[in-house]
Amino acid sequence: MKQIVSIVMALALLVCAMVLPSCSDSSISADEIKIGVIHIGDPGAGAGYTYAHDQGIIAMQQNLGLKDSQIIRKNNVPDDDAAATKTAIEECIEAGCKIIFGTSWGYMETMAALAEQYPDVIFSHCSGYMSNDKNFNNYFGRIYQARYLAGIAAGLKTKTNKIGYVAAMGIDNAEVTGGLDAFAKGIAAVNPDAVVYVKVTNTWFSVDLESQAAEALLDLGCDVIAQHCDTTAPQLAAEKRGVWGCGYNSDMTKDAPKAHLTAPIWNWGVYYTSAVEAVLNGKWQSFGNYFGGLKEGFIDISPLSDNCEPGTKEIIDQVRQLIIDGKFEVFDGKQIKVDGTNVTVVDEALVDNKGNVIVEAGGSCLDDKTIAFGINWYYKNIIEA
Amino acid sequence: MNTIVNFLFAAIKAGTPLLFGTTGEIITEKAGNLNLGVEGLMYMGAFVGFLVGFYTESLLLSLLAAFGAGVLGSLIYAFLTVTLKANQNVTGLTLTIFGTGFANFFGEMLIAATKGGAPKLSAKFSAKLAEIQIPLLSDIPYLGRALFSHNILVYLAIIIAILSWAYIKFTRAGLYLRATGENPAAADASGLNVTLIKYVNILLGGGICGIGGAYISLLNGNGVWNNGCVNGQGWIAVALVIFASWSPAKAILGSLVFGAFTIFQVRAGDFAAEFPALSFLSSIPNAIYVMLPFLVTAVVLIITSITRKREGAQPASCGVNYYREER
Repeated sequence: MKQIVSIVMALALLVCAMVLPSCSDSSISADEIKIGVIHIGDPGAGAGYTYAHDQGIIAMQQNLGLKDSQIIRKNNVPDDDAAATKTAIEECIEAGCKIIFGTSWGYMETMAALAEQYPDVIFSHCSGYMSNDKNFNNYFGRIYQARYLAGIAAGLKTKTNKIGYVAAMGIDNAEVTGGLDAFAKGIAAVNPDAVVYVKVTNTWFSVDLESQAAEALLDLGCDVIAQHCDTTAPQLAAEKRGVWGCGYNSDMTKDAPKAHLTAPIWNWGVYYTSAVEAVLNGKWQSFGNYFGGLKEGFIDISPLSDNCEPGTKEIIDQVRQLIIDGKFEVFDGKQIKVDGTNVTVVDEALVDNKGNVIVEAGGSCLDDKTIAFGINWYYKNIIEA
Repeated sequence: MNTIVNFLFAAIKAGTPLLFGTTGEIITEKAGNLNLGVEGLMYMGAFVGFLVGFYTESLLLSLLAAFGAGVLGSLIYAFLTVTLKANQNVTGLTLTIFGTGFANFFGEMLIAATKGGAPKLSAKFSAKLAEIQIPLLSDIPYLGRALFSHNILVYLAIIIAILSWAYIKFTRAGLYLRATGENPAAADASGLNVTLIKYVNILLGGGICGIGGAYISLLNGNGVWNNGCVNGQGWIAVALVIFASWSPAKAILGSLVFGAFTIFQVRAGDFAAEFPALSFLSSIPNAIYVMLPFLVTAVVLIITSITRKREGAQPASCGVNYYREER
């Protein structure tokens, strides 16, 4: 008798298990959706990468009118620790999350594996290249467009015609190198005589090395210091010497008010809002991977500070519109020409600093995959220092 | 020539926090206690020094506070290892984790409490840390810029290192310190208060480490607090103790060498550009320069182990707790 009861119970459980997932297929309402976020750092830091992402999450929450309890945050999850990543994500799934955002590169493979294991949960990964067309996509942005605009501000400002760039990673890293190339091309548009010295720190975060690299660039005579790294140290080093700089990630004008010109920034909320909206409207299947730019408002530059040369704003506003309209795409066979505040687009080959032609004059823009992962050459005015 | 001068100038600056940390750790190890918590002590000094500098705008108070933070941090260590005889390695590692967390936790609170941007030292405070041109000496061509136009803490580090060296080598208290570190049982038998000597020197060493941390937070971030600012320099200081063979005087040179390795990461290209003969430098992967301090430390360790010289060896009882009852 006991055996029969246990068999019946087991069958009942089985039926339940089969029925339940099919229930969750129906579209989900804004009141019940739960959203998981895996952060590499602590959003409380008040600045920096994780803070910027979390501001985006908060913006999404406000845009969609979600309650605090609908956002499940997992902070300080190291992205080189697959076990910790898996635990954090599974905790989100257990809490009932329908969509989980992983904000750091190293979560990618864990998320890819878990996406297979949990087909009902949507996984969205920042900065990677993996996706599965079903419940796992990646998202990133055309930050190079903003860097081009920052390059214009820097090129107009420099007096020594030497501009320094503190790069977190070397030429092999397409994200860093692509951004640097766009910045350099922006400089060349307004100041063909200027050169860009680049120093690589080989770390995403080091107050000391970033500061030391900036000082080395200043010793070379650079009078604008731009950066692709996390701390404000390069901007402050520039301020200390009485010269200028372009920050990154957040508006560093508040940190180095006498030096800062403008910084390329991300509006992560634009993506988070549209992704969660797609889930709510049942349109996720056609959402796909995301690579937003100036047009979507996903990226931009911070407001130009008073340190910028007069006329900078007029030029940048025109160039921004050209990029938004698709008349100029940075990594194409075109270049902006500036005469006074008169901006035109001319054909010009995209050439690297070894003389190789990347795109012929008038040629079309590199494809998104190449822009995201295939740029490992330096633009013609860049000098490795 | 300017490349070399600028390089040397930057190397000395980069070596200074290491020199504080190394000097502090040498004094600690001379007392027979291996404190792996240097990183944590530097973090505590970094945060507390910054906090006090931020609010009081007094350099002296800031340095005293950083010293005090190091003293308090190492008091935890001393109490656990000297009084309670806890394992020194584990305690030191714990202190590193604690100190890092302490600085980043309160650092975040400081950032959150600061309106309008990251916490930044006032211009008045930063002016006290400006580079000082030493009269006459700084006018020497090249050398003047490289050696005699640094901020005040660079000179303080060297003065502390020299004083520590003299203290260990020439004073009676230094003799007691060495005796305790080499053979606490014998020191105890000769009437020395081993516990007191250990406490005093561990706290002193910890305090000096704390100032090293303050150097990082006050200067390297250019006056803005950054979480995670020490970033492994405490560990390099521990390695540097071996490199300097437990002598604060040699640590001055050692910290310059280690600082130079660090700076090479960002300036090797300048040498390659200026001197055609050195163009190979720019093709050396950066990782080599990151690795060099530790590689050199390993080599020094091997050499000192082979030669087995008594002078310049680790204090005999270093890392081993002293149990009076087992005398």
